[in-house]
Amino acid sequence: MEMPVNRRSLFALAAGTAAVPMLARPAFAQLATVTGAGATFPRPVYERWGQAAREGVGIQLNYQSIGSGGGINQITNRTVDFGATDAPRNEAQLREANLIQFPTVMGSVVLIVNLPGIADNALKLTPEIITDIFLGRVTRWNDPRLVEMNRELRMPNLPVSPAYRADASGTTFVFTTYLSRVSETWKNGPGAATSVQWPVGNGARGNEGVSNAVRNTPGAIGYTENAYATVNRLITTQIRNKAGNFVLPVMETFQAAAGTADWTRPGFAADMVDLSGPNVWPIVSPTFILLPTNPVADRVVGSRNTMRFFDWAYRNGADAARRLEYIPIPEAVQNAVRATWSQVRDPSGAAIWTGSAS
Amino acid sequence: MQQSISPSPRSRGSSGAGADKFFEWLCVGAGLFVLCLLGAIIVTLFIGGLPAFQEFGIQFLWSTAWQPVEGRENYGAAVPIIGTIVTSVLAIFIAVPVAFGIAFYLTELAPQWLRQPVGTAIELLAAVPSIIFGMWGLFVLVPIIQNYIQLPFGAALSALPLIGVIFDSNNFAGTSVFAASMVLAIMILPFIAATMRDVFMQVPPVYKESAYGLGATRWEVVRGVVIPYTRISVVGGIMLGLGRALGETMAVTFVIGNANRMFTSVFDPSTTIASVVAMEFPESLMGSLKQSSLLALGFLLFVISFIVLAISRWLLRSRLK
Repeated sequence: MEMPVNRRSLFALAAGTAAVPMLARPAFAQLATVTGAGATFPRPVYERWGQAAREGVGIQLNYQSIGSGGGINQITNRTVDFGATDAPRNEAQLREANLIQFPTVMGSVVLIVNLPGIADNALKLTPEIITDIFLGRVTRWNDPRLVEMNRELRMPNLPVSPAYRADASGTTFVFTTYLSRVSETWKNGPGAATSVQWPVGNGARGNEGVSNAVRNTPGAIGYTENAYATVNRLITTQIRNKAGNFVLPVMETFQAAAGTADWTRPGFAADMVDLSGPNVWPIVSPTFILLPTNPVADRVVGSRNTMRFFDWAYRNGADAARRLEYIPIPEAVQNAVRATWSQVRDPSGAAIWTGSAS
Repeated sequence: MQQSISPSPRSRGSSGAGADKFFEWLCVGAGLFVLCLLGAIIVTLFIGGLPAFQEFGIQFLWSTAWQPVEGRENYGAAVPIIGTIVTSVLAIFIAVPVAFGIAFYLTELAPQWLRQPVGTAIELLAAVPSIIFGMWGLFVLVPIIQNYIQLPFGAALSALPLIGVIFDSNNFAGTSVFAASMVLAIMILPFIAATMRDVFMQVPPVYKESAYGLGATRWEVVRGVVIPYTRISVVGGIMLGLGRALGETMAVTFVIGNANRMFTSVFDPSTTIASVVAMEFPESLMGSLKQSSLLALGFLLFVISFIVLAISRWLLRSRLK
């Protein structure tokens, strides 16, 4: 029998189509959901952990990478279960907002360039040149200082186009902290923060945006978290560290920096920028989670599930992190973190985290 | 005899009178609601932006600073305001002649069978979401500007006498004021073209035929008969497009380069009010100076829109009486 095409049949078809997504719902109802927002720095590894956690511990992670500043804002307003930031908060800020802070992985900030004919990890840069590039004092890639430093390469005659983060970003915080340490001019000029006034260059949103901007512009240079450079196969550079050696952005140099970290600082805010070891990568940073110590009644379950998720990730997520070239947190620090979780209390005052079995 | 006056319409069906009154109040309520909502938005923006105006004074309007580092915060509205105005005006300059050409083509030159499809295609362009324009701009238009306009012609353009300085730029990333103006022009094109085409078709044929009868050419008919007859609506369509261009956020954010610095060339990156608010609002803490600066910028965008509306009414003052 032929289907009549009139208003009634079309309405029935539309209603049927709209109802289809609701049929699929029961299959996912058993998973607990945890919502978080913040840094784009660790997004690749959180997404991997999120996918594995669905079978591993029955938790569905919903993470929005809106930048560290956005993450801090959202968790301060308690609109998510946890916030993620690369820019650590100090003790006073944590106390005022009733938050605890703990690290999940360490990552490195690398410089990516788009120069035709230059191989991966071949270009050598010094802190002074990097600062001058981002201050706009070096405008062409065949500048005498760059040619001098890279005699074995053919430097193209392209204009230098710096790319930076236009949104508030912990990656910017780590990178500008490095620039402020190596350059007095930068410290007194743009300074170190999640968002600064960049003298030259173009802004893009997220680590993804900067990677894209560099990939599309010959002669561009930008800073991103190492995982983005690896996954998108972008050309990275060597940097001369404080000891005077040119180091490559590889796991050995990242781990050399991570090994000397001091985790006893409040909020686990270990400082790994511009360390003085012989083989360290100069721009390494932990990335942090912010968790409220006083969740309201209907957020208690989310808080417990957040801690369950990260406890599972500490025990089972190290391989996934290493494959993406992040550095897992040492076991001693993991145990210290679990000890601080006892500060998270529900409205009646009882600790929400009671050990890995909770 | 006076008793045979027919009863007043009101008393004929009392159930109709109540429903009538109710419907009248609904309509009045809807109108008042819109007015109150507009007033509330303006007042909220102004109150939210007041701390910024108090902190920076009237200098906020022409300061080009944008220093977000805690401890030395200094915000100024000059760069976003000038970026908004320049990109929108450039978009109008690009879009209006093209829209006029489309309207002229559709009403005078196109064969009958082609008018409907092309008209529909123009209207479909208006239905494309603005973020699609942003993505298209970033992945297609920006490389075209980089590789086919800036690299081959940049040096030659900046060597032109007098106007060469607006093309002289060191920015070869492609994301620039020029890219944003192009994307905005394509976005506002359908509104202006559709309005122009509709009003061109409404010109009574007898006027045009009289002009043709006197020996006028097609161009003379359009310039002397059609445009003067439709001037009000054409300006209205242009103002509609300009209003959309002033407030466009996502498409512009992708392609303008997000640089809070004053630009000296159309190939330099810049920012607009909508773009800087979209980028920086998520991170601004409630009650902070940054958030109130962004709310103050929103209020200033409202003010700019009102000024544009006032200018359009002044342009048409002799006609609207």
